[in-house]
Amino acid sequence: MSLSRLLFILALLGANQLLYGEILTVCANCEYSSIQEAVAKSQEYDTVFVKEGTYEEYDIVIDKSLVLLGAENALIDATGNGYGLIIKADSVTIDNINITNIGQSYTKDFAAIYVSNSDNYSIKRCKLTRVFFGMLIEKSKNGIVSENQIYGESTTEAASGNGIHMWYCSKSQVMNNELSGLRDGIYFEFVTESVVTQNNSYNNLRYGLHFMFSNNDEYHNNTFTSNGAGVAVMFSKYITMTNNTFKENWGSASYGLLLKEIYDAEIRDNIFDKNTIGIYTEGATRIVYERNLFNRNGWAVKVSGACYTNTFVKNNFVNNSFDISYNSKVNDNKFDNNYWSSYTGYDLNRDGVGDIPYRPVKLFSYIVNRTPQTILLLRSLFMEILNFSEKVSPVFTPDNLMDNHPQVKRVS
Amino acid sequence: MIEITSLYKKFGKVEVLKNLDLTINQGGIFAILGPNGSGKTTLIKSILGMVIPNKGEVKIDDKSVIKKFEYRNNINYLPQIANFPGNLSVSELIRMMKDIRSTESSDKELIELFDLKPYLKQKLSHLSGGTKQKVNLVLTFMFSSDLIILDEPTTGLDPISLIRLKELIQQEKEKGRTILITSHIIGFVEEVADQIVFLLDGKIYFKGSITELKTQTNQDDLEHAIANILMGNNA
Amino acid sequence: MRSRWSYVYFLFYLVLGFVMLFLNNDVSKAVITLMNIIVVLTPLVGTVFGVMHFYNSREFTELLLAQPLKRSTIFLGQYFGLAISLSLSLVIGLGIPFIVYGVTQSSAIWDFSSLLLVGAFLTFIFVALAYNMALSNENKIKGFGYAILLWLTLAVVYDGLFLISLLVFDDYPLDKFALIATMCNPIDLSRILILLKLDISALFGYTGATFKMFLGTNLGMIVSLFVLCLWVAIPSWFILRKANKKDF
Repeated sequence: MSLSRLLFILALLGANQLLYGEILTVCANCEYSSIQEAVAKSQEYDTVFVKEGTYEEYDIVIDKSLVLLGAENALIDATGNGYGLIIKADSVTIDNINITNIGQSYTKDFAAIYVSNSDNYSIKRCKLTRVFFGMLIEKSKNGIVSENQIYGESTTEAASGNGIHMWYCSKSQVMNNELSGLRDGIYFEFVTESVVTQNNSYNNLRYGLHFMFSNNDEYHNNTFTSNGAGVAVMFSKYITMTNNTFKENWGSASYGLLLKEIYDAEIRDNIFDKNTIGIYTEGATRIVYERNLFNRNGWAVKVSGACYTNTFVKNNFVNNSFDISYNSKVNDNKFDNNYWSSYTGYDLNRDGVGDIPYRPVKLFSYIVNRTPQTILLLRSLFMEILNFSEKVSPVFTPDNLMDNHPQVKRVS
Repeated sequence: MIEITSLYKKFGKVEVLKNLDLTINQGGIFAILGPNGSGKTTLIKSILGMVIPNKGEVKIDDKSVIKKFEYRNNINYLPQIANFPGNLSVSELIRMMKDIRSTESSDKELIELFDLKPYLKQKLSHLSGGTKQKVNLVLTFMFSSDLIILDEPTTGLDPISLIRLKELIQQEKEKGRTILITSHIIGFVEEVADQIVFLLDGKIYFKGSITELKTQTNQDDLEHAIANILMGNNA
Repeated sequence: MRSRWSYVYFLFYLVLGFVMLFLNNDVSKAVITLMNIIVVLTPLVGTVFGVMHFYNSREFTELLLAQPLKRSTIFLGQYFGLAISLSLSLVIGLGIPFIVYGVTQSSAIWDFSSLLLVGAFLTFIFVALAYNMALSNENKIKGFGYAILLWLTLAVVYDGLFLISLLVFDDYPLDKFALIATMCNPIDLSRILILLKLDISALFGYTGATFKMFLGTNLGMIVSLFVLCLWVAIPSWFILRKANKKDF
């Protein structure tokens, strides 16, 4: 932060002093040399300003409405001994505070910032490094978490925590954060009416973003790269997913997007690029897939068990090894007006729609589902012959599964 | 000198050469005769190393030639059927052969001798049988070697070329070379050959001069002498 | 080798390359489509040309055999002459259109190069196999038949048997068997090599650790290339052995 900007903020704070009370400054030679001390001495609506320096403190409890503001390079080193900040009051703002060295624990969920029962909290521009959990937010609402950077050093799922972990929260906004090296980048459990936008979640062990039992949430314009799986949505309803990019989630159980037991979701305008599996869906019902791009994935969409009345409309399936994979002969989902790069039909009347329907499920994908090793026969002449015969008379794949209006050009 | 000892060769179950022994001294023209399937070509090809014998030894100038190749520098061979790669022209083929053997060659004189100049630029596939045989002869005689093997050299030749061929053979003989010829044209054999080697059933049935053959069979001319051998054998 | 056919073959690839790029207008997609063609076609062409060339040049071979040349020189010369000219037809024929369409600036340059490399390998392998067939059979029709049969076996039948054995024994751990079986067929091996390059190696990781370790690392690449070299060396050695024993 430049000096002028700092002065500007200080001026603003000065103007707000009438409303928000005093400024308590913390530094090695200041009136307060520890944050804990300053917080303890502060009144409601005061501002605690932390100057540059490293503060070896942990379990700093904020139990009144405060603004905790950091100067450049203000760093709390929790020395592996517990939580960084513990927020237990409404209307707390944490701004530009860096926290490091949150210790691992198998019994306690140590977090850099722990928020409990707080309304109107705001955590922004914080850089949290070497964390176990980044932020652990419980039973809180109307919060904003923005422009934070959270980095863990996770190696195993059991010994790692999540970047932003919310439990029983509502009306929260998570935006412009960067998350990496964690178990889940963002984890929502029983979180409702919340929005996740423009985050960049990458190289996390498990999921970039994870919903459990969370309803009426939405996420847009996020990027999920090289996670165990980009996003997992499980046991949730009414989730809207738009304009996200899921890429390079590679590995034996890696997905761009994993859907499990979810209802009434919308998935629009997302990009799935080079994932082992673009979308893996199991027990998902009434989901709308529209205008998504599936590019160079192993499987674009893998449907496994009990997926009913889903619609795939106007999506682009480009250069995937397999477009759609089913593990059963039953199909209750609708495919229409999509573009399939492996479509080999023709369009004689030149209306932009192929004259013969496209069958996106290949016999080979059925075989690979059964015996994974057969993947070695990918694109072999023998397999092409088998696929062709299955195309002519379906035996193993759902015979009503076809796109009756395959687009000749990419849907834009 | 060619020295062949107990040469044995079979193709599949057919025994073609059965422990054949033959010595051919340096210098002179030897005609190898025999009925069809008597092993003439197999014998020649064994000397050339094109057929690999099951047993036995072939020595040229006291050196074994089996599975060797350098000795062929000193052999000229005229194959029976002159089939050349059709997409080459005559001059290209001659040049190629000259590249293989870096020795001096008399191709120009021979081309002159057989009137092949107008054909030099033509592709081999466009030539008539007789012309091909002339090209074949040029390729055979253009290097000077001590051993010359001619398999049916007269095939398809016109009378003028035939006379030239005979002259050529005589010239080579005068240079002290050994010439092996197989031919079905008895007249030709009688005219040029000094010695006859008669093969029957994979063995040498007779080896000696034409006169000796005639006396042995009590016949006045060579054709009958040969017929006599074959009849006697059949009876 | 100055055969009309090698020019025809060259023109074929030239036209194929341009058509492919014209239709797709996307270098990397064209590479995928080309792979399907190359993996099947170069072995077939190598086989057909190999057998034809051997029988057609028989008389010429005999002419050479009477000359002071080693047999190995003659036969290896013919073999390499044909294999190299066919490979050049492929590399130049496809190279020109792709260079015109700017493959050198595209990220697909390595995919494309490995495609050509594999095509050349397959040509060498199948010309050698065809020569073996032709050397062992005096009868042209028989030799031709066996060679085509060999191609058909490796291109299609082998994969069929492979698939059936995988499906039948899928209760057993099959990773190693599957990998070895793939190595044993040059067509399958080449296909896998190209697929590894084409960025879908992630797909192979799907099956398990053995595949991932082998196909996801450079180890797979090196072993595959080595096995391809063996596939050239062993049939060539057989050509030599057969040629040294054969009567003409």
